Amino acid sequence: MNSLQFTALRTIWIKECTRFLRIWVQTLVPPAITMSLYFVIFGNLIGSRIGQMGGLSYMEFIVPGLIMMAVITSSYSNVSSSFFSAKFQRNVEELLVAPVSNWIIILGYVGGGVTRALLVGGLVTLVSLFFVELQIHNPIMLLLTLVLTATLFAAAGLVNAIFAKTFDDISVIPTFVLTPLTYLGGVFYSLTLLPEFWQWVSKANPIVYMVNGFRYGFLGVSDVGISTSVAVLIGFNVLLFTLAWNLINRGVGIRS
Amino acid sequence: MLALQINALRKVYRGGTEALKGVDLSVQEGDFFALLGPNGAGKSTTIGIISSLINKTSGSVKIFGDDLDTDLVNAKSHIGLVPQEFNFNQFETLMQIVVNQAGYYGVPRTLAKQRAEKYLKQLDLWDKRNARARELSGGMKRRLMIARALMHEPKMLILDEPTAGVDIEIRRSMWRFLKKINQQGITIILTTHYLEEAEMLCRNIAIIDKGQIIENTSMKGLLSKLNVETFVLDLSGNSIKPTLKDFDFRQVDDHSLEVDVPKASGLNAVFSQLSDQGVQVLSMRNKSNRLEELFVRLVENGRDQTSAPKQENA
Ligand SMILES: Nc1ncnc2c1ncn2[C@@H]1O[C@H](COP(=O)(O)OP(=O)(O)OP(=O)(O)O)[C@@H](O)[C@H]1O
Ligand SMILES: [Mg+2]
Repeated sequence: MNSLQFTALRTIWIKECTRFLRIWVQTLVPPAITMSLYFVIFGNLIGSRIGQMGGLSYMEFIVPGLIMMAVITSSYSNVSSSFFSAKFQRNVEELLVAPVSNWIIILGYVGGGVTRALLVGGLVTLVSLFFVELQIHNPIMLLLTLVLTATLFAAAGLVNAIFAKTFDDISVIPTFVLTPLTYLGGVFYSLTLLPEFWQWVSKANPIVYMVNGFRYGFLGVSDVGISTSVAVLIGFNVLLFTLAWNLINRGVGIRS
Repeated sequence: MLALQINALRKVYRGGTEALKGVDLSVQEGDFFALLGPNGAGKSTTIGIISSLINKTSGSVKIFGDDLDTDLVNAKSHIGLVPQEFNFNQFETLMQIVVNQAGYYGVPRTLAKQRAEKYLKQLDLWDKRNARARELSGGMKRRLMIARALMHEPKMLILDEPTAGVDIEIRRSMWRFLKKINQQGITIILTTHYLEEAEMLCRNIAIIDKGQIIENTSMKGLLSKLNVETFVLDLSGNSIKPTLKDFDFRQVDDHSLEVDVPKASGLNAVFSQLSDQGVQVLSMRNKSNRLEELFVRLVENGRDQTSAPKQENA
């Protein structure tokens, strides 16, 4: 990468971070509060009645999934709302007239989303320390699933923003696709509790692989194979980045 | 060297509007060039294609010899764009907007900050550097876009109606600023509806209407062309061949004559010379001319929009 592109990448990343830090009350605080509520209600109050899940206390079991949930929503919504508002206010034109390559635009926006996701993930992890003692079983797997999940959903948010024509369009996918898939993605229960048919259906849900890969990193337990998890993550990343690149290259939604 | 060279440029928008129907245009390095035309003529479309905001349908564009199709990075680096509509993030500060823009062109941050001071001061915006863009007045927003376009010190500045909605005083100071940077060597292309503005600033001019260039000449050449009216005279008598001193004229057929009359000199001299030669003029009509019609439209437009602030000042 030459120095022009590197400076441009750094600039987009700084601009993206400045944006979510400027509105930290909307971007950093809500996930921390929501997840604290989950910890209190599901972990503490209800969890104590549930007993063990996958050989662990229920609280321990849900912490990795809840961190993952915060990471998924933060990276997705950061990129989708930032890029859509750049289209809406037309300041995306600042990038389009400049000699910035399309890959750099994508990496810059994804980089901003990943940064916010990691910050939020860190905050939620901190909060969780009030409720459980966290152990780390496999730090490499932990970081790998964390980062690949953040990049994947940041790229997905970008694709959503490229197609979006109104502000409604960037909340439709999170509400009707992302949230259901996350809740059914094994955050709150082990797949082994499901009837065989529904276990089989659940395995078509990519979020199951992310949550379980991440849980394996923390706790060393998973409902699915670890290498399958990594493969699913890499596969979806390749798919979404290629799609985003193709769309931006053709100018879909940004050049008439 | 040519700063801009456009060949056979066509644009058909999705939905079928043919906004450009084969535009050819060239601008010399160092020129101050006006692209004049009424609403919907295709000015912004042309500029959008030059600055990569709009995909062309066909044709070619070269900027300082760099073709948009083959040398995009270099071509883009030569241009600073001031678009017709505000297109910055309303929530960012002026400083953030201009420093980031420089970054997109690869200008390192420390250098970008020095340049931000230079250009925000030159455009009288330094006091506002930490204000959010949405807190600026319309005229300040226009100047912000000029400062932003200069941050990577381009060789060519393109301004799409930079003085729309700006009062006469700020308009004059913008004109002075543009003249100054043009003298320092930046090639400037601007679009406008106001012939007055083009006349004040530009050396060369192209007039575009309905997606076609209908005139491309020096400012002086245009003004002298516009100062001449052509009349068609119907004459009586058999095979009349009059001559006219001090006027350009053409015999169309045995009974009609076309005369070019400078607006300042009037028609009396034509008539008296003809009657001296015993020629009778039966009737006379103005020869219609697309350029002239367009000019009248433009001038009327310009008058509507420029006169308001003048009256307020009086
Ligand atoms: N995004 C677009 N989609 C479809 N048609 C468009 C689009 N932008 C412009 N046009 C059409 O293309 C033609 C030329 O428009 P353009 O904006 O280039 O004119 P202009 O000379 O800049 O006018 P103005 O002086 O009003 O700014 C018009 O008929 C316009 O309606
Ligand atoms: Mg226009």
